[in-house]
Amino acid sequence: MAVRVQEADFDVGAELARLTDGNRRIGGLAVFVGLVREMHVREGYHRDLVDALTLEHYPGMTETALQEIEAEAQKRWPLEATLIVHRYGRMEPGERIVLVAVGSPHREAAFEACEFLVDWLKTKAPFWKLEDTPKGEQWVGAHQEDDAAAARWEKK
Amino acid sequence: MKVRYFAWMKKTVGVPEEEVTPPAGIDTVGDLVVWLRGRSPGHAEALAEGGAFGAAVDQRTATFDVKLAGAREVAFFPPFTGG
Repeated sequence: MAVRVQEADFDVGAELARLTDGNRRIGGLAVFVGLVREMHVREGYHRDLVDALTLEHYPGMTETALQEIEAEAQKRWPLEATLIVHRYGRMEPGERIVLVAVGSPHREAAFEACEFLVDWLKTKAPFWKLEDTPKGEQWVGAHQEDDAAAARWEKK
Repeated sequence: MKVRYFAWMKKTVGVPEEEVTPPAGIDTVGDLVVWLRGRSPGHAEALAEGGAFGAAVDQRTATFDVKLAGAREVAFFPPFTGG
């Protein structure tokens, strides 16, 4: 059960090995790795090239928000292991931004909780993306699809 | 109290953070927004009515009806775009 916010890249293999090491109750590990894409999606289709992305965050609040999201996932599913690593700072296309890994005795809970964590961290953790494009810098706006994806996990 | 701004709001306001002492009667986040608008044209633009921005009080997401009593840090920011 861990949350890390860091500027440095991470080694996915090493992170997953450390997460599951010594826990024999884990039967399935679901993993999401977010990468910097070279094309920016605007109005539903790919338009502008992106040279780099700079992620700003709110130190302190970011960690608290991610821990709360992680705790919520543990309340909803029987999880043996969870890990969220989110980077900040400047990244170029192809670089890793975020790692979410969830281990559970069975795959259904792992898949669902992993998707939940990604959906909620996109809309509930204080990160902002600034794109460096050939036309200059521009802040990324919120996507309605992300809000809809996060909303489907809200308890009725 | 300290007021902090993030992403594009920082540039529009002109500073990343500032110490402010709101007068009596500024009780909620919404009151503070209205009061801050009067500080400069940049504040007025960043915190414009109907603008897409949210707030946090002492590093927890807060709606505009949240009371400021005892708050040490209030932050304003555009919608989150992480992940």
